[in-house]
Amino acid sequence: MKNYILRRILNLFFVLFLVSIIIFLLLRLAPGDPAKVIAGEHSSPEIIEEIRIRLGLDKPLITQYFIWFKQILRGNLGTSIQTRDSIMKELLLRFPNTFELSVFAMIFAGLIGFPAGIISAVRRYSFLDYVSMFIALLGVSMPVFWLGIMLMMIFGVKLDLLPIGGRLSVYTSLKPITHFYLLDSLITLNGRAFIDTLKHLILPSIALGTIPMAFIARITRSSMLDVLNQDYIRTAKSKGLRQNTVIRKHALKNAMIPILTTAGTIFALLMGGAILTETVFSWPGIGKYVVQAVYARDYPVVQGSVLFIAFLIAVTNLTVDILYAYLDPRIHYQ
Amino acid sequence: MKKILVFVLVGMFVTVAFAGCKTAEKALVTFVFAKGDAVRLDPADVTDGESITVMDNIFEGLVKYKPGSTEVEPNLATSWEPSSDGLEWTFYLRKDVTFHDGTPFNADAVVFSFERQRDENHPFHKYGEWDYWGWCFGEIAKTEKVDDYTVKITLDTPFAPFISTMAMFTVFVVSPTSANEWGGQWFTHPVGTGPFTFVEWVKGDHITLEKNPDYWGEKAKIDKLIFRVIDDPSARLLALTKGEVHGMEFPNPDDLENIKNNPDLQILSKPGLSVGYLAMNMGEDTPGYQEEFGDVRVRRAIAHAINKQDIIDYLYKGTAIVAKNPIPPTLWGYNDAIQDYEYNPEKARELLAEAGYPDGFKTNLWAMPVSRPYMFDPTKIATAIQADLAKVGIDAEIVSYDWGTYLDKTDNGEHAMCLLGWTGDYADPDNFLYVLLDPDSATVGSAGNVAFYRNPEVHRLNMEAVTTFDLAKRTELYKQVQVLVHEDVPWVTLAHATQILVFRSNVKGFVLYPTGDYHFDATYFEGEG
Repeated sequence: MKNYILRRILNLFFVLFLVSIIIFLLLRLAPGDPAKVIAGEHSSPEIIEEIRIRLGLDKPLITQYFIWFKQILRGNLGTSIQTRDSIMKELLLRFPNTFELSVFAMIFAGLIGFPAGIISAVRRYSFLDYVSMFIALLGVSMPVFWLGIMLMMIFGVKLDLLPIGGRLSVYTSLKPITHFYLLDSLITLNGRAFIDTLKHLILPSIALGTIPMAFIARITRSSMLDVLNQDYIRTAKSKGLRQNTVIRKHALKNAMIPILTTAGTIFALLMGGAILTETVFSWPGIGKYVVQAVYARDYPVVQGSVLFIAFLIAVTNLTVDILYAYLDPRIHYQ
Repeated sequence: MKKILVFVLVGMFVTVAFAGCKTAEKALVTFVFAKGDAVRLDPADVTDGESITVMDNIFEGLVKYKPGSTEVEPNLATSWEPSSDGLEWTFYLRKDVTFHDGTPFNADAVVFSFERQRDENHPFHKYGEWDYWGWCFGEIAKTEKVDDYTVKITLDTPFAPFISTMAMFTVFVVSPTSANEWGGQWFTHPVGTGPFTFVEWVKGDHITLEKNPDYWGEKAKIDKLIFRVIDDPSARLLALTKGEVHGMEFPNPDDLENIKNNPDLQILSKPGLSVGYLAMNMGEDTPGYQEEFGDVRVRRAIAHAINKQDIIDYLYKGTAIVAKNPIPPTLWGYNDAIQDYEYNPEKARELLAEAGYPDGFKTNLWAMPVSRPYMFDPTKIATAIQADLAKVGIDAEIVSYDWGTYLDKTDNGEHAMCLLGWTGDYADPDNFLYVLLDPDSATVGSAGNVAFYRNPEVHRLNMEAVTTFDLAKRTELYKQVQVLVHEDVPWVTLAHATQILVFRSNVKGFVLYPTGDYHFDATYFEGEG
C-alpha cells in the first residue's frame, strides 16, 4: 500500500512535468506575437521590442522554459503580466471560492442524483424511472449559461428570494481568515454573513450541480442494475431479507465504486474552475481568473493556472483511488 | 448530544443574524456600480479602462476635462503658462490640498509622480512599466520643483497637445509617502487627493471607496461608492433590474430596447473618443498596394458605395453614430461643415467608370479577428461592406489573421483595404490626425497610418498645430486637415462608438465624459439629496 502510494505520487509529478511542457509549447506555438497584442494599436517598434524584452520573449524557447521550470520547482508560478501579482497568491485567494462552490454543487448533485438513481434502478421501467432519467437527460443537455440566467431571473428578479451573484452582499461585512466564507463566518461568529453566504451559494450550486447530478443519477442507476443482477443479491433475496435491507446492506456498497469514481472525477473537474457558472454568477473563482487571463493574453497566468488545475485533478484522483481500498477489500495494491 | 449541539449552533446564528447589523449601514448612502474588475490601481501603470474608471474617483491631475467635454480646466493647478518657445511649462499649484493619508499636496508630490515614470534611476521606477508614459509623454525632458507650490516641466520639442495630456490618468498626482511605504505593492493601496478615498479591494469581487470628508472641492454626495465585479452583461442587467446595483456599463446591444421600456431604468450615452474606419492602402512602396487605390476617384467611389447607416443600425445596433470625420464630434476641432459622401451606388459606378474600371476590379478586404471598443463585430461589418462593394462591381475577398499578426501585417501594408480603428489616449485632435493620418506615421513596418496616406500639406498643418498654443488657431488648422482628408479619402470613416451606461431612474447627477472617464462625485439619489 505504502509503495503504491509512493509510486502514484512519483507518477503524479511526472504527469505534471508533461503538462508543464505541453502547456508551455501550446502557448508559444499559438500564432501572434503577445508583445504586439499588448501594445495594440500603438505600433512603434521600440515599444514592442521593449515589451518583448520585458516578457522575456527575446530569449530562446528552451531558456524560457527552464526559467519557468526553475520557478515552479521553488513553488513559484511566476507573476501575472496584467496585474503583476504573484500567480500562486491569486490562485490561492480564489481557490477557496471555487472549492466552496464545488462542494455545494456536489452536495446538490449527490442529494438528488444518488437517490434518483437508486429509485430508478430498483423500480426499473416504472413511471418514476422514466421521469428521473428524463430529468437526468435534460440536466446533461442543459446549457449552464442559460440555466444560470434562468435561475437568476426566476429566483433572483421575479420572486426576489435570492441574490443574483457574487460571494456576499456588499452590505454584509466579513473578516476573511481562511477565505472559506462559511468557515470564516463560523469562526468570527458572524451569523449574518453565514446566512448571506449560504444564500449566495444556492443558485450557483444548482447551476453548477445540474450536470453532475444527471451524471450521478445515471451512473448510480446502471451500477445498481449491474449489482442487482448478481448472484449474491438473489441469494440475499431468497434468504427472505427485506428489499430495503438487500439494497442497503448488499447492493449499495458494491455499487459504490463506479459512482465514487465518477463523482471524484466530476469534483476534480469542478475545482478546475467552473468557467461558465463563475462568469454568470460573478463568482470570483479560478475559472473566471483563467478566462480573463486568456482574454488578456496573460500567458504566465494561463500556464500557471493550468498547472495548478492539473495538480488539483491529479490529487483528487489519487485520493479517490486510495479510498477504494477502504471501500472494497477485494482491491489490492501492488 | 449531537442534536443538542446543532440546535445551539443554529439558535446562535439565527439570533446573531437578526441582531440588527443593518441599522448602521442604512444611514449611509451607498452607490453600487457594476463593471469589470480593475487590474492595478496605480494610475501611471495601467492601460485598461476598468482600472482607470475606479481611479478617476481617487486621484486628480494638475488639470482636468470640463465635465462632459474635452476642454481642459484647472484642477490641482490653479493656472499654468508655457514659455514663449513652448518648451517650459510652469504650473502654479493649489495650496489647500492634502492627500488621503495626510501628506500635504505640493511640488514634491508632483515631481515624484512624474519623475518616477520618466527617470530610470528614480527609486520608484523599478516598480512599474509605465506604458503610457512611453506612448504619450515622450516629449517631457524633466519635471522640477521651483518652490513648494510651483512646478516646471521642460519639453524636448514644443508640443501644444501637452496640456491635454496633462488631464490624463497617467499623470494623476499620487501620495509619495504612501507610494514609498508600499513600493511594489502600492497599486493595491492607492492614495490620492480625490473626492473618494480607497477602502478595500477584494479581487474579482468588489472595490469599495468612501467619501473623502476633507476634500478641497465640492464634496461627494454619496457616502460609499462600491464597484462590484459582474463580468457578464446579462447578469449585470439582472442585478440592475433587481436593484442590487444602481448603475452598470456596457449593456448588450440586444437588451437596449427592453431597457428603454423599463421605467425603473435610464440610459446615458455619448459618442466616445474613438473611430472605426476602412483604410485604403495608398502606399506604392507597400507589398499590398493595388494601383486602383492610387486613384482618388476609386476611393470616392468606395465611399459612396458603402451604406454606413445600415452598418450602424443593424451591426452596431445603434451603439454608434455614423462618422464623417476621422475625429469624433465630442472632440474640439471637429469640422461639422464637412458634407459626408452619401450612400449612392449609382454615383459610385460612374466614378469607377470614369477612373477606367467600369466593370470594377478584384481586391481584398481585411477584417480584424477580435471585437474592439470601436468595432464590435468586424467580420460582419466586413461582410456587409463586401456586399455593398459587389453591387458596384468590386469583388473584395475578406482576409483575416489572429490579432497580433493582423496588426503586424497591416503595419506592414500587406492589405489593399483593411478595417481598423483607434481609441484616443487623450482629448486632442493631434492624437488622431497625426497618429493615424500624418506622413510621419506612414513608415512601412510600424505604421499607425495604415492607409499610407502621405499628403505633405496634412503634415505641414499638423506640425503647425502642435507648435501653436492658441486653441482657436489650432482648431482652425485641424479643421483644414479634416477638409484635406475628406477630399483625399484615404479612409472611409465608418463609426464613432457610443459609450452606454444604464442607471436606476432615481440616480441623478452623473455626467458622461467623451474620454470614457467615470466621475461619481456629483452622483446622487433623487429624494436622498
